Amino acid sequence: MAEDDDFDQPSGMRSFWTGTITFGLVTVPVALYAATRPRGISLKMIGPDEAPVQRRYVCSKDGKMLDADDIVRGYQIEKGKYVVVTDDELEAIEPRKSREIDLRLFVDRDEIDPMYYERAYFLVPAGGTNKAYRLLAEVMEKNNQAGIATFVMRAKEYLVAIIAENGILRAETLRFEDELRKPEDVGLPKVTKPAPASVKKFEEQIAKRAKKLDLHDLLDDYAERLEKLIAQKEKKKADIVKAPEEIRDEDEGGGEVVDLLAVLSRSLGGSASGTKSATKKRAPAKKAPAKKKTAKKTTKKKKSA
Amino acid sequence: MAARAIWKGVVKIGTQRVPVKLYSAVVDRKVHFRLLHKADHEPVKQQLVSADSGEAVEYQEVKKAFPLTRGRMVLLEKEELEKLEPEDSRDIEVTRFVNPEEIDHRWYSRAYYLGPDGDTKSYFAAAAALERKKKEGLARWVMRDKEYVGALRADDGYLMLIVLRHAEEIIAADALQPPGGRELAQREIEMAEQLLSALHGKFEPSQFRDEYRARVMELVETKAAGRKPKVVAFRPKKSKEDKLADSLEASLASLKGAPAKRRARG
Repeated sequence: MAEDDDFDQPSGMRSFWTGTITFGLVTVPVALYAATRPRGISLKMIGPDEAPVQRRYVCSKDGKMLDADDIVRGYQIEKGKYVVVTDDELEAIEPRKSREIDLRLFVDRDEIDPMYYERAYFLVPAGGTNKAYRLLAEVMEKNNQAGIATFVMRAKEYLVAIIAENGILRAETLRFEDELRKPEDVGLPKVTKPAPASVKKFEEQIAKRAKKLDLHDLLDDYAERLEKLIAQKEKKKADIVKAPEEIRDEDEGGGEVVDLLAVLSRSLGGSASGTKSATKKRAPAKKAPAKKKTAKKTTKKKKSA
Repeated sequence: MAARAIWKGVVKIGTQRVPVKLYSAVVDRKVHFRLLHKADHEPVKQQLVSADSGEAVEYQEVKKAFPLTRGRMVLLEKEELEKLEPEDSRDIEVTRFVNPEEIDHRWYSRAYYLGPDGDTKSYFAAAAALERKKKEGLARWVMRDKEYVGALRADDGYLMLIVLRHAEEIIAADALQPPGGRELAQREIEMAEQLLSALHGKFEPSQFRDEYRARVMELVETKAAGRKPKVVAFRPKKSKEDKLADSLEASLASLKGAPAKRRARG
């Protein structure tokens, strides 16, 4: 049975939240982008008719194919009985300031146990000027501080740490305390003091293997094997067929940007040129991030300052 | 109530072996909604369909493909993909020990507690050794046909295993150019720093509660009881622009009055 988790997932590349960060009376308009790429290589599904296969929602009773408009959210109160909750109702109980990340607390970054971090997003300046953005990034990074706040996005409240690195702001969602278990909750036995001799044995093994971190340790072996298989088959010209329009290699497709890095660079760079255009009588502010992207595409030519 | 172990394995550090059980360290507290068909309020399920004909496609009939250049794609058979899957194993192989600072917290994904599976002595010895050496181990293991990379670390005398994201998934901060512009005025930097230190405090996770979650549950209960939920209009706030120095100054001035109150949270 389908739950609303996958229904809500933003499609990676676009900015899916815009709002403001405030500290004191200073406001920083920002747009949120994912800071992680999807894992591994994504394979496409092909049906027996060689056409791409899509996932659709159907009614479990009459099998009817449904569009997003035909679907509502329900909370199960007993088996087979649901309370329907509309998006409007969910939005109505959002705090007033759900478009605002109000930083009323700054903490030393090292104080945050890494266990709390859940997901990282890049914040990109979204207003006419990026000065407040750069100022906040500068002072937080210099003093190794993180700004802490809560905010609501997509029918969920988030605890978030705003962090600056290399002059770029990130919003990192944190888990709430009650989302993390403690050893007692798990039912682990009480810590007993181990025999020094056996601790020493482990210490020796650890010392022998103490090295610097190597990013190769974090590579996805499965993806690598898959890549190899694909390359082999391409070379042998085995099972190569014409791709249907929908699943053409996106890089050569209709100019759609598929690399998150490229999208981000463009948004970060774009805001700088935005400052310049602001001096010529403040062009009409483009609010929709989707539009913004196309607007920037045309001004991609390097504007070296 | 003791949690249920989700998997059993053996931590291998060179010649040393520690049999362990895995427990999730994270609890899912999200309010989960089912998707329903609007017309009859029946649950919705997912179905694979052909993009061309719209006909239903059974999962067994689906082939996988990878798009190549020049409008081609390569088809991958099920058997070929199965061969790529890792071999079953109970080993959590720790090959390297690094300083905790070297592990970017953005790599952390899912955290598990490890509990001793029989041999308590070596379990607590391993945890104590990691603590004393101030190291985290890099581990690889296969769980339910999937390969994982993780960090083995000690936490208050216990062992934890944290699934790490793969290197390719994380965009490094220095891969991006920070937004540019005219140099910031020293006075603004100073005022912003003053503001930051006025708002400085300790990170106390217990101060923050998911209030929205409670409100969603209240909404559900109100509706379940047949009552009408209160609807309050959402008013977006207009953000003020420019005059950065003025805003900073005003912020500092307003903080001087009642710093404690402004800082209170939760």
